[in-house]
Amino acid sequence: MKRKSLSMLAAAGLSAALVLSGCGRASESSSGGSGEITMWTHSAGNPGELAVYQQIIADFNASQSKYKIVQQNFPQGSYNEAITAAATARKLPCLLDMDGPVMPNWAWAGYLQPLGLPDDLLNSLLPTTVGRYKDTVYSAGYWDAALSIFARKSVLDKNSIRIPTVEKPWTLDEFDAAATKLKASGYQTPLDLGAADKGEWWSYAYSPMLQSAGGDLINRGTMKTADGALNGQDAVKFFTWFQQAFKNGWADNAGPVGNQRFIDDKVALSYTGVWNAKDALAAVGDDLLILPPVDFGKGPKIGGGSWQWGISVGCKNADGAREYLKFSFQDKYLAAFADSQVVIPSTTAAAKTSKYFSDTGALHQFAVLSQKFALARPATPGYPVISSTFEKAAKDIMSGADVKSTLDTAAKAIDTDITSQNGYGF
Amino acid sequence: MAEHALRRRRRLWIYLAMAGLAVFFLFPLVFMFVSSLKPDGQILSDVGGWRAFLPVGDISLRNYSGVFDRVPVGRFLLNSVFVTAVVVGAGLVVNSMAGFALSRLRWTGRGVVLSIIIATLIVPFETIAVPMVYWVSQLPTLVFQNGIVQYDFGWLDSYEVQIVPFIANGFSVFLFAQYFSTIPTAIDEAARIDGAGWFTIYRKIAVPLSGPAFATVAILTFLPAWNQYLWPSMVVQDENLRPVMVGMQYFFQDNTAWGEIMAYTSMITLPVLVVFLAFQRAFVSSVAASGVKG
Repeated sequence: MKRKSLSMLAAAGLSAALVLSGCGRASESSSGGSGEITMWTHSAGNPGELAVYQQIIADFNASQSKYKIVQQNFPQGSYNEAITAAATARKLPCLLDMDGPVMPNWAWAGYLQPLGLPDDLLNSLLPTTVGRYKDTVYSAGYWDAALSIFARKSVLDKNSIRIPTVEKPWTLDEFDAAATKLKASGYQTPLDLGAADKGEWWSYAYSPMLQSAGGDLINRGTMKTADGALNGQDAVKFFTWFQQAFKNGWADNAGPVGNQRFIDDKVALSYTGVWNAKDALAAVGDDLLILPPVDFGKGPKIGGGSWQWGISVGCKNADGAREYLKFSFQDKYLAAFADSQVVIPSTTAAAKTSKYFSDTGALHQFAVLSQKFALARPATPGYPVISSTFEKAAKDIMSGADVKSTLDTAAKAIDTDITSQNGYGF
Repeated sequence: MAEHALRRRRRLWIYLAMAGLAVFFLFPLVFMFVSSLKPDGQILSDVGGWRAFLPVGDISLRNYSGVFDRVPVGRFLLNSVFVTAVVVGAGLVVNSMAGFALSRLRWTGRGVVLSIIIATLIVPFETIAVPMVYWVSQLPTLVFQNGIVQYDFGWLDSYEVQIVPFIANGFSVFLFAQYFSTIPTAIDEAARIDGAGWFTIYRKIAVPLSGPAFATVAILTFLPAWNQYLWPSMVVQDENLRPVMVGMQYFFQDNTAWGEIMAYTSMITLPVLVVFLAFQRAFVSSVAASGVKG
């Protein structure tokens, strides 16, 4: 009995070996002349955004017969892990989207090839929607986001607080006076800075304030050190104010994340993004004010650079991927993204046809803020470390840590990382 | 008589304390189920008060229909049930056999091998996740394409990549080895005299006598397998193969859909609750018998 089992096993093994030796390798036989272009998005769970992508892909696939786009969607929260794993396994898709500030890291890591789109197309886009690393364009996006301060006109009028404009934003003294007045008028916490949020929000939201005060995340001239930029006199001054805002009870980190406290009129001012504007408009109506950010001394700043598209290094149909991208940057698609996602379209022409961002659109102010005040985050491969270090330092300071020594520690941590990576090629 | 009344009063206090604890531990579940019926704005407004635990205000099943619009929840549940069942089932077989060999068989290097297996417990999965991705991407596999069998390399985007790396488990092997070592060796010797081989002893003696150990390992394997998030996020690209926990991320967009998250978590928690309630008695006795604490 035992002998029979063994002989059957041997026969099965031999058959398997014969089958294997007689057949080819699957990936070798399927990868050759196929015009299939794989495309990964971070948009799973976002039906509005996916609907626009599906329309573009259907239109592109129908417009020619050489290439076929095959889309795969991932949830945003696990997208970067999927990309890192695919890069490790050398299985990156041809087309992939990425959050703007992450692009230099992926280009440096060898995931991306130069985008190679025509200059006239790139020049028509908002500067912050074009991803440049060391003077080479690696990514471009259909939209940008913008931050502003939401307020109710009736509340500012009642408290005799000047309504700031793009030409004449609030100075820091005016902002402090407004916060003090609003607190005295009955708002327990007059300002929602969004400090209950975590992750990239901290760099996106608060580093523009730091830049407005004269500091920065890193010395952008060399990209080799944070010393002097993150822990210089201007940075210490800004973070001292930041800490004081929490100590004074102007702001807190109680949450919830989002804009609900403003909608419920529990805070008078909300520092938040364009993505919350539609709900705020519905709740507050004509009383809603979309105000420019505060001028901390060097002019107001807001973070620029949202999700953008790139082409992977190993893409076998890079020409087809470029054809698709060129096709996708049509104004009608950009406007569709803008209106379904409530984000600022990357071309002026698309903005003109958008329901929300045209000259008469209810959210046109965001397009103005983006054009006037947007500043991209530093285009360095070290950005992920810079961002997480900044978040930790800012949170410590919010909780009462010594400002100068916390910033010194953060700057040193960033510099150590840059040194350990041989300057990231700078 | 007075003693009887005293005993009754003491028992009443104990029950009151237990009821209080039960309510305390039920709060998160009640919050989840109740919030799954409310719109996002109301969930956030109700937080911080008793209304958060009461089905009051604008109550509807809209969040549940929203979940189905956003996520293929049935498919995700099916994937998780399949992956979890195979990991638990195969894990019980493989780890118990390994534990048996380490506990009952006498062979050179047994202690060293057991030490190495125990040493794997101190390595966090996150530290080996990326090298593991590379490793599984190089493994050979058979694919059926155009009606013929072909070979290829790479296990990414498959069920096996979610299952195979988690079948063998150092802690389970250790637990089985410890438990088997409590069974008197005289039984083995008697069976050997009667002509039984090691596999027969394992199958007909060790396994039937080790119910609590099997139940404990099943529970301890079930929960992490059901809750897998990082690994499938890295190795599964096809939406049709994703498990339920990755699906949770579908709701975290720029504006988090709290109501739908609560509806989704209610839906994916229910199978776990049903399994626990169905086997509650066996779980408690197995944990008590094996001395494992959660």
